[in-house]
Amino acid sequence: MFKAIGFAAALSLAAGAAFAQAPNDAQIAHIAYTAGVVDVAAGKQALEKSHNKAVRDFAQEMVRDHTAVNDQALALVKKLGVTPQDNPTSQGIAKGGADHLKSLGALNGAAFDKAYIANEVAYHKTVNGALSTVLIPNAKNGELKSLLQTGLKLFEEHQHHAEMLATTVK
Amino acid sequence: MKSPHLMFARLGVAGLAGAALLAAPVSAALAAKHARSKAPAIYTVTLQQMKFGPTPATLHVGDTVEWVNDDIFLHSATATDKSFDVELKPKAHLWTTFHKAGTYAFACRYHPGMTGTLVVAD
Repeated sequence: MFKAIGFAAALSLAAGAAFAQAPNDAQIAHIAYTAGVVDVAAGKQALEKSHNKAVRDFAQEMVRDHTAVNDQALALVKKLGVTPQDNPTSQGIAKGGADHLKSLGALNGAAFDKAYIANEVAYHKTVNGALSTVLIPNAKNGELKSLLQTGLKLFEEHQHHAEMLATTVK
Repeated sequence: MKSPHLMFARLGVAGLAGAALLAAPVSAALAAKHARSKAPAIYTVTLQQMKFGPTPATLHVGDTVEWVNDDIFLHSATATDKSFDVELKPKAHLWTTFHKAGTYAFACRYHPGMTGTLVVAD
C-alpha cells in the first residue's frame, strides 16, 4: 500500500517538476502515451499473477482500453507528422511504473490483488489530475486535445471501477 | 424509420458475433407476431465518451433500440436482469427489440459506471 501511494506521489512530483514550463504537444503526446503504457504493463502483470476473477477482468479492461487509446494516439501523431518528445515527466512515469512492477512482483495472492487495485486507484487519480490541469489545457492541436479529453473520460471511469473493486478486494 | 430489411442488412455489417448475443426479448421475428395498432419504432441510443446517451422517453412493446457504439472502446449494453446482453465492438451498431413491458436497468459489462434505464410500456 505504501509503495503504491509512493508511486503515485513520484508520478505527481515528476510531473510537477516538468510542468514548471508548459509542455508542448509533442511532449504531451509522449506523456499521455507513456501513462497508458505503464498501466498496460501493470495490467499484464496482474493477468499473470492474479487468480481473482474481478481483478483479472479489471486488468483485462485496462490492457484493452489503454491499448485502444494509445493506438489512436499513434495514428494521430503520424497523421499530424509529430514526433512524440521524451521529457522528464515521461521518464518519471516510466521509472515509477518499472519500480512499481518490481515491488508488486514480490507479492502474491490477495496481497498482490489488494496492492494492484490500491495503486490503480491512486494512479488513475493522479493521471486524471495531470490531464485536467496540465495536459488538456496546454494541448494546442484540437485533435490531440479531443483525444486527451476522451482519455480523461476513460481514466475517470477506470478510477471509479478501481474504487468499487477496492471495497471488495480485501 | 428503418425497414426490417435494412435493419438486418446493417446488422450483418455490424458483426455476426454480436448478433448471436441478442438475448431473449430480442427477436424481430417475434415482434412481427405481436399485433399492434401502431408500427414499431426504432430508437437510437449512442454510447459516446464512456456514457450511454439519452434513452427514449416513450418506448412500447415491439419497439427496437439501436445501440450505437461511437467510442473506440469495447462496450456492452447488458440488462441487470440479463434479459438482453449486447456486446458492442468499437463503432458497432446492434439492435434489441422489446417484447415485454417493464423497466430495464442496464449497464456496460466492462465499465460499471456506464448505466441507464429503459421503460417499456404496453
